[in-house]
Amino acid sequence: MTDTTAQQDSPPGAVALLILSAVGAFLALIATGLSPDPLFRLEGWIFTFAALASAAALTVGVANGRYQADPGRYEDGVIRAGAIATVFWAIVGMLVGVVIALQLAWPRIFYFPEAGWLNFGRLRPLHTSGVIFAFGGNALIATSFYVVQRTCRARLAGGMAGWFVFWGYQLFIVMAAVGYLAGITEGREYAEPEWFVDLWLTLVWVVYLLVFLGTLWKRKEPHIYVANWFYLAFIVTVALLHIVNNLSLPVSLLGTKSYSLFAGVQDALTQWWYGHNAVGFFLTAGFLAIMYYFVPKRAEKPVYSYRLSIVHFWSLIFIYIWAGPHHLHYTALPQWAQTLGMTFSIMLWMPSWGGMINGLMTLSGAWDKLRTDPVLRMMAVAVGFYGMSTFEGPLMSIRAVNALSHYTDWTIGHVHSGALGWVGFISFGAIYCLVPWLWKKDGLYSNALVEWHFWIATLGLLFYIAAMWVSGIGEGLMWREYTPQGFLANSFVETVSAKQVANIVRALGGVMYLSGAVIMAYNIYRTIRQPAPSVLPKASGPIVAAAA
Amino acid sequence: MSAPETQNDSGPVPTTGHEWDGIRELDNPLPRWWLWIFYASVVYAIGYWILMPAWPGLTGYTRGVLGKSDRAAVVEQLSELKTQRGQQNARLTQASLQEIESDPKLQAHALAVGQSVFGDNCATCHGVGGIGSKGYANLRDDVWLWGGTLDDIHRTLQYGIRSGHPQARFSQMPAFGRDQILTAAQVGDLTEFVVALSGRPANAAAVQRAAPVYAANCVACHGPEGRGDTLQGAPNLTDKEWLYGSARQDIKAQIHAGRGGVMPAWSGRLDPETVKALAVYVHANAAGQ
Repeated sequence: MTDTTAQQDSPPGAVALLILSAVGAFLALIATGLSPDPLFRLEGWIFTFAALASAAALTVGVANGRYQADPGRYEDGVIRAGAIATVFWAIVGMLVGVVIALQLAWPRIFYFPEAGWLNFGRLRPLHTSGVIFAFGGNALIATSFYVVQRTCRARLAGGMAGWFVFWGYQLFIVMAAVGYLAGITEGREYAEPEWFVDLWLTLVWVVYLLVFLGTLWKRKEPHIYVANWFYLAFIVTVALLHIVNNLSLPVSLLGTKSYSLFAGVQDALTQWWYGHNAVGFFLTAGFLAIMYYFVPKRAEKPVYSYRLSIVHFWSLIFIYIWAGPHHLHYTALPQWAQTLGMTFSIMLWMPSWGGMINGLMTLSGAWDKLRTDPVLRMMAVAVGFYGMSTFEGPLMSIRAVNALSHYTDWTIGHVHSGALGWVGFISFGAIYCLVPWLWKKDGLYSNALVEWHFWIATLGLLFYIAAMWVSGIGEGLMWREYTPQGFLANSFVETVSAKQVANIVRALGGVMYLSGAVIMAYNIYRTIRQPAPSVLPKASGPIVAAAA
Repeated sequence: MSAPETQNDSGPVPTTGHEWDGIRELDNPLPRWWLWIFYASVVYAIGYWILMPAWPGLTGYTRGVLGKSDRAAVVEQLSELKTQRGQQNARLTQASLQEIESDPKLQAHALAVGQSVFGDNCATCHGVGGIGSKGYANLRDDVWLWGGTLDDIHRTLQYGIRSGHPQARFSQMPAFGRDQILTAAQVGDLTEFVVALSGRPANAAAVQRAAPVYAANCVACHGPEGRGDTLQGAPNLTDKEWLYGSARQDIKAQIHAGRGGVMPAWSGRLDPETVKALAVYVHANAAGQ
């Protein structure tokens, strides 16, 4: 902050946000006071306090004339906040995952009948939403803000709107998480929050889209970089999926409960259209965007094929949106819809692999760096796991294979090879790149700690996936086994107890993966606390003039 | 992956000329193997659409030239299962429970059926193998609340206990404490009395005080010697088996609140021959009477 800007007034956006926060706090307080529903009041208090905190902080800031934007520099504050939030939620989400893995491994020991909020049914959505939306979502928002500014050579559009997106998204996470523990749920997988939290997320997400589009609009580059296509596809499609899947009618405007607009098999199909495309557009397209910026940047190599990125981008987003019905094989869903879900999933294989090829081939000529740079190695392994899960997915969508794999731990293993191997590792890699750039350091505090993180997480991940393959295929075979007399050979509970060793190995794998994240958090903390170097790294410089 | 088309910064492959924050893009063609596998997957999909039910129209959907249908397949598989279960199953319907048990071949079939059905329907409460737990009867011992003959077990299975079925087994122990039929002191004395009945050391004075209370309130079901009555599902108080626990506090809680469990009626849920097979299985597993 220079002397000249300190004497100016705060930008009108900050004042507007202050007024909106105050109005929001007032309305939330009224709704909280009027509501007869104790759970709604709990959420109402959270919203009220968040809006009050926002209003108070903005009052102090505006009174001191803060929030001046320097158009000659990138907006990095919100990305720094996003990087910290990413690490924080990674540990929270993975910790909850370890707890529920322990509950599955030792159900008698980790069972708390007197504390309902600690039961598996409440913690499981906390884990899934925690890692997908809190950890993954923050990684996507933070990196998208970084990448779109750098590749457009433009400051983030919308002034304070970026901060609204960040804090609004954290409020969404907290309201969703507290709601899960308190027992509020729509019962829609990966979309459990109730209608009022959904509405809040919709608002935040639309602002996010506008900030992103506005920055693209302001760009000083003639073309839009491929990473931004993927980010845009992710933001637009997630908005569409979120709104349609959550169309519902609240019982009362002052209560938590609502009913879906859809019923029966239509509802099931809507849920899996959403669910599978949450994988496709949140966990695939979004993280491919991260890959497309951070891998060539870190490897200092050009992207392998521009044509491949165009073809695989369009084929991926066209085909992915059809694949949802493969989650409903052999159910009440009409067979023709199952056919379409399966065949589109198979056609999705190569479009998915286009991203893997572009990622790995970008490294050719730089393979030696994998020996010395654990961050680049982490991202390369992420691309490898991406390739493996996007092969396994189409395989599991084949009806005959699905007849064995569906409802078993194989599915859980598949999801985790994608989530831990691909989403986790590419995000960790991006965070390891970003933190020194954002805090203007020469490098990370310790490369050795990154090595530890890499190996302990990779081993844990392999334990996890191997255990789930064994237990999943095992239980699938046990479920379908008939006696010679024509009766089912195994009772359900026998198939559960047969998995105990695999469940213990899975918990061990989860503990190892979580340990890696804790090591990362320590490394990041020490990196931020390092003294500033005498010469600023290039990546943290001002917006450079257009190249001639 | 196939042999990579090698490239480097100054190599033969040109870039597109774009640059973003130092990132450039090579103008490599689509990898051939990638393109061909993509085409092959599209051909596979089209072939599958021709063969199988696939595309919806206004009034129906394309049925596919193979004429396959999941619904038809399920019907066929169920009828195959019936054939596989075969004659033995048909004989289960006709034979009496005693005939089933005395015919080794038929009994073996019934046991196989029973084991399978028990695991998915009964083990939830009675535990794997039927060893029971607090509140759920152990089916492996010789203690039977409602009688342990083949016919007793069969009847319990068919209609359940306190299930709401008109022919269900039914009885209700009064909640002596909660409903204030007896005072707290009397309930305490009775607890000692019941402990004494089961042959354990108890407070003699309390036992003496409780004797007339027992005679007035408990004898009708549990009998003068506390041996119970299987017609009313009244447990034998002199043995070492306790449905709701043997500790003093458990016994006291039971006298206070008079809990009684519910077992569903299976006659509407399972085939008659399956219920019979279950009865034979449970009878054989326990020291049946």
